[in-house]
Amino acid sequence: MPTRVLIAKPGLDGHDRGAKLISRALRDAGFEVIYLGLRQRPDAIAKVAVQEDVHVVGLSILSGAHVPLTQKTADALRDAGADDIKLVVGGTIPQRDIPRLEAAGAAAVFPTGTDLEAVVEAMRALGQETDALRA
Amino acid sequence: MNGDVSTEAGIPLAPSYGPDDLPPTEQIPPPGSFPFTRGNFPTGYRGRLWTFRQYSGFGTAEESNERYRYLLGQGGTGLSVALDLPTQCGYDSDDPDVEEEVGRVGVALDTLADAEILFDSIPLDQVSTSFTINGTAAILLAFYVAVGEKQGVDRAKLRGTIQNDILKEYVARGTWIWPPKPSLRLIADTIEFCATDVPKFNAISVAGAHFRDAGANAAQEMAFTLQDGITYCDEVISRGRMTIDEFAPQVSFFFYTHGDFFEEIAKYRAGRRRWAHIVKERYGAKDERSCMFRVGCVAGGASLYAPQAHNNIVRVAYEAMASVLGGVQSMFTAAWDEPFALPTEESTTLALRTQQVLAYETGVARVADPLGGSYYVEALTDAMEERLVAIMDDLEQQGGMVQAIEQGYLQRLIADEAFRVQQDVSSGERVVVGVNKFATDEPAPEVEGYELDEKGRLRQLERLTEVKRTRSAADVRTTLGALEKAAAREDENLMPLLVDCAKAYCTVGEMVKVLKDQWGEFQQPRVF
Repeated sequence: MPTRVLIAKPGLDGHDRGAKLISRALRDAGFEVIYLGLRQRPDAIAKVAVQEDVHVVGLSILSGAHVPLTQKTADALRDAGADDIKLVVGGTIPQRDIPRLEAAGAAAVFPTGTDLEAVVEAMRALGQETDALRA
Repeated sequence: MNGDVSTEAGIPLAPSYGPDDLPPTEQIPPPGSFPFTRGNFPTGYRGRLWTFRQYSGFGTAEESNERYRYLLGQGGTGLSVALDLPTQCGYDSDDPDVEEEVGRVGVALDTLADAEILFDSIPLDQVSTSFTINGTAAILLAFYVAVGEKQGVDRAKLRGTIQNDILKEYVARGTWIWPPKPSLRLIADTIEFCATDVPKFNAISVAGAHFRDAGANAAQEMAFTLQDGITYCDEVISRGRMTIDEFAPQVSFFFYTHGDFFEEIAKYRAGRRRWAHIVKERYGAKDERSCMFRVGCVAGGASLYAPQAHNNIVRVAYEAMASVLGGVQSMFTAAWDEPFALPTEESTTLALRTQQVLAYETGVARVADPLGGSYYVEALTDAMEERLVAIMDDLEQQGGMVQAIEQGYLQRLIADEAFRVQQDVSSGERVVVGVNKFATDEPAPEVEGYELDEKGRLRQLERLTEVKRTRSAADVRTTLGALEKAAAREDENLMPLLVDCAKAYCTVGEMVKVLKDQWGEFQQPRVF
């Protein structure tokens, strides 16, 4: 079964080049991709993630609000009982924030400049982890 | 290098160019003459240098005011106000849905009280102020007019620009609120209002920059933007209240300059010529000044890279030079640390110095259009213009800009191009120094960036609460009620009513809600 991924932009940031590039690269690599678009509320993201039974949720944030928005999404996933869904974050993210995002619940962080192939491989591995948890 | 060589936008190039590649002389008359291929002014930058306009503003109005006064003190000649996302999307700072965005990528403006602080001790009759604001542009213009009046500055003396270009927001930047039709009406209202009341203020800055940052190439960026410009002018003209000559001088444009040096120069020259023809031939302009294509630009954006980030300083410098050789009227040079965070005072000052060295040391500004008549540049300008026409024809075939946007057609074109570039960079076909060639294991720099101060947000909330407590509830009710009534009719200009709302200290969120209740919200097509 292919890895199912939900890509969303929480908050009000409208820069979606990265989110769309990742969505397309994942689709081309055989993933099933659901792209939710802009201005998604964390609780709405969690709800769709559960409904669609995804393996990984990818957030794209370039506004600087990545730490609180990741925290809220991780909380929303936990509240929805979706502890097995991996959460990843990409965007304009300074190095010093990576530990903060991991502490907030991000399984991986992809700052600007991350190689696309590397993202695809990391997502594949995370999808397998989710599968293992569900097995 | 062997084989086919082309520009980044795919224009094929010969190994060299000669006299046969020049257009007829009447296509390239001297600078300052229609169709302005060689620039808007006969003396180029001798008469007036381009404006150094550094985009800035974050946190609270107090912090931004301090930064503006610093930049003006350092030789900046215009302000460029960055607003936070809640202000741009029409939410107040006390809306729980947007709490993490307050004051983050720009300053939070909830009411006129914030605007008064933002421009404190800055004489609005002496500076020009550019607002990167779209969805709520009409409201910000109302604030600016009202602050001016508080300072004793007549609205006729205010200079500046609101971006006010909603079409590209639907496609590329995302700060939309209402659907296209009522949004176009509000934009036409601001254009009319500026023409009659605020004659030195640019009512709209039609922006290609965001198409570009989202992935469009140089030709697409210019063509999409010209098509947007047509859409706005059509809207105003269709009302039958104004001729093109009454408002065209207050329409300006805004682009990114990226790294393909000569293609960028050709883009500006071709765009200028095309727009001049459109204004004259489509709208029958009688005044040649209406045909001028006034352009601001940014050097940086998606042309900057995170690995070996100091290389960005060099990229921005070349892009800035291309912009000037292309004849822009104002420029923002991005800071090298832009891929990581908001710039520091040090990096943003270096970016400003980049323009100052260009203007005062290199001598490129001594002569108008120094590349005019170059076999290569003129041929590339012609080839670029052909591309523009072809892309614009295609958009017309799609039923025009609004339809192309609502159906996701434009979004798909841009996503396709972004993906193509990404593949070319991944494969190494497009060389990016320090990224796919001459790469090192150098770790990303420890940038200081900007730490949002939670206390600032709390101060903002306190001020908003205080304003709501002390303003006249009756005035708020009356002005919002009048706005609601006028919004329901199509023939009334909403700007005077928004100025009244601003003066009554209505919040951005309150004004937006009144209009949202009437007009609804834009539904985004989710294509990738």
